[in-house]
Amino acid sequence: MTVKNMTVKEITNKVLNNEELFLLDVRTEDAYQDWKIEGENFAYLNIPYFDLLDGVEEIVDQLPKDKEIAVVCAKGGSSQMVAEMLVEEGFENVYSVEGGMKAWSEHLEPIKVNDLKDGGELYQFVRIGKGCLSYMVVSNGEAAIIDSTRMTDVYVDFAKELGVKITNVFDTHLHADHISGGRKIAEQTGAKYWLPPEDAGEVTFDYQPLRDGDHVTVGNTNIDIHALYSPGHTKGSTSFVVDDQYLMTGDILFIDSIGRPDLAGKADDWVMDLRETLYTRYKELSDELIVLPAHFMIMDELNEDGTVAEKLGTLFEKNHGLNIDDQDEFRKMVTENLPPQPNAYQEIRETNMGKISPDNEEQREMEIGPNRCAVR
Amino acid sequence: MNVTKTLDATGLACPMPIVKTKKAMKDIEAGEVLEIHATDQGAKADLTAWAKSGGHELLQTEEDNGVFKFWIKKGE
Repeated sequence: MTVKNMTVKEITNKVLNNEELFLLDVRTEDAYQDWKIEGENFAYLNIPYFDLLDGVEEIVDQLPKDKEIAVVCAKGGSSQMVAEMLVEEGFENVYSVEGGMKAWSEHLEPIKVNDLKDGGELYQFVRIGKGCLSYMVVSNGEAAIIDSTRMTDVYVDFAKELGVKITNVFDTHLHADHISGGRKIAEQTGAKYWLPPEDAGEVTFDYQPLRDGDHVTVGNTNIDIHALYSPGHTKGSTSFVVDDQYLMTGDILFIDSIGRPDLAGKADDWVMDLRETLYTRYKELSDELIVLPAHFMIMDELNEDGTVAEKLGTLFEKNHGLNIDDQDEFRKMVTENLPPQPNAYQEIRETNMGKISPDNEEQREMEIGPNRCAVR
Repeated sequence: MNVTKTLDATGLACPMPIVKTKKAMKDIEAGEVLEIHATDQGAKADLTAWAKSGGHELLQTEEDNGVFKFWIKKGE
C-alpha cells in the first residue's frame, strides 16, 4: 500500500500560514522533548514507532478524524510504516513526512526581505527546522552570501536562477551550532571567503581576513557591506551594515534574546565584550537599522511574511537582554543557567576550522536538534 | 557473556532494526541474551528506549568500525 507523502516544504508553508496540522511524532520521547516541528496551530501526539509495531488500535481514539495527520520520524522510514497502518485503519488524511526530521532540519526557505536602494535585493534563507538564518545580497549581477549553511546547492542554484555570480561569502563568526557552507561555496564558485581572523586562529585553509571597518561592495551599484567588530559570542564576532539599512548581527543579538558567550570556551572573559558590543557599539548605530540575526529560537520571532527582522530601536525597547542596567546581573544572566550546549558543538567547530572532515551523513547527525546559541 | 542468538541488522534503516529485534526476541527465553549488529545511526537511541519500554535489559553497547553492537537480556 502506498501512503501519501508530505514534504517539508509543504509543512513550512503550513507554519508560515498558521494552518492547522496534527503531528504524530513517532520518535522516542527524548528526541521529541528535545526538538520537534513547531507551528502556531499544530497539535501533537508522541508515541514511539516501536510501541506501534503490533498495531495502532490503541492510539486511534487520540487521533482526529477530520484533520490532516502528518506522521514524522527521524528519517521517514518509520513514519511511512505507521502511516500505512493508519490508512489500513481507515484514516484518509494521513501523510508521512518525507525525509523526516533530517529533511526538516535541512530545509531552507528563501524569503525576500526587501529591495535595496540601488536596485539590488536582499534575501533571508530561513532554516525553519533549526532556526538558522543566512542571507544573500544581490546587486547588478553579483551576489554575496552571509552565514551560509552546509546546504550549499540551495544558494548556488538560487544565484543561478537569478542569473547572478557569487563573488563574496562571509561568516560573521566561527559557528558552533551548524556547519558552514561558506568555504565550499567559495571553492565551487571562485568567490572570496571572509572570516574574522580572531576566530580563525586554528583554521587549516586560506581565507580573506575580515577586519573592523572593511567595506566590500557587491555589484557595481555599490551595495556596501560594512564590517563592524562586535565580539561577545566569539572573540571575532563581526556584524555587517548592509546598504546603510540592515544590521546583520550574527549570533550577538537576536530578536527576543542575545548571544551566549560560552560556546568557544571563554564565557567569563567574553561577558564584558558582549556587554560592550550590545550596550555601547550597537547603541551608537542608528535606531532605524533593521536587525537581521543569524538565528531565531521561537516561532514568535517570525514576522507575518516569515522573515526574522526588527528595527534596532525596537529591540533596545523590548529585548530583555538589552535592558539589564546592572553589570553583575548581566554577567549572571549570560553565564549561569544556560541552556544545554548545541549537539556536537565541539566537532562542529572543528569541522568549520577544517580540522576534521566528516562525511555528509555524519554532518547531518552532528547538526540534529535545535541551535541553542542564545540566552533569554 | 553468554549470547543465545545474534541478529545482523546491518545495512537496514529504521524501522527494520527494531522490527527484526522484536521478532528475534520471541525466539529466546527470558534471561537469555540477544546480540544485535546495526549500522543505522538512530538504532542506538531507539533500541535503548525500546528495551526499556519492553522490560528488557540493555547490558552493553559497543561501536566497532561504524557497526553498533548491542546486547539485550530478555525480560520476564
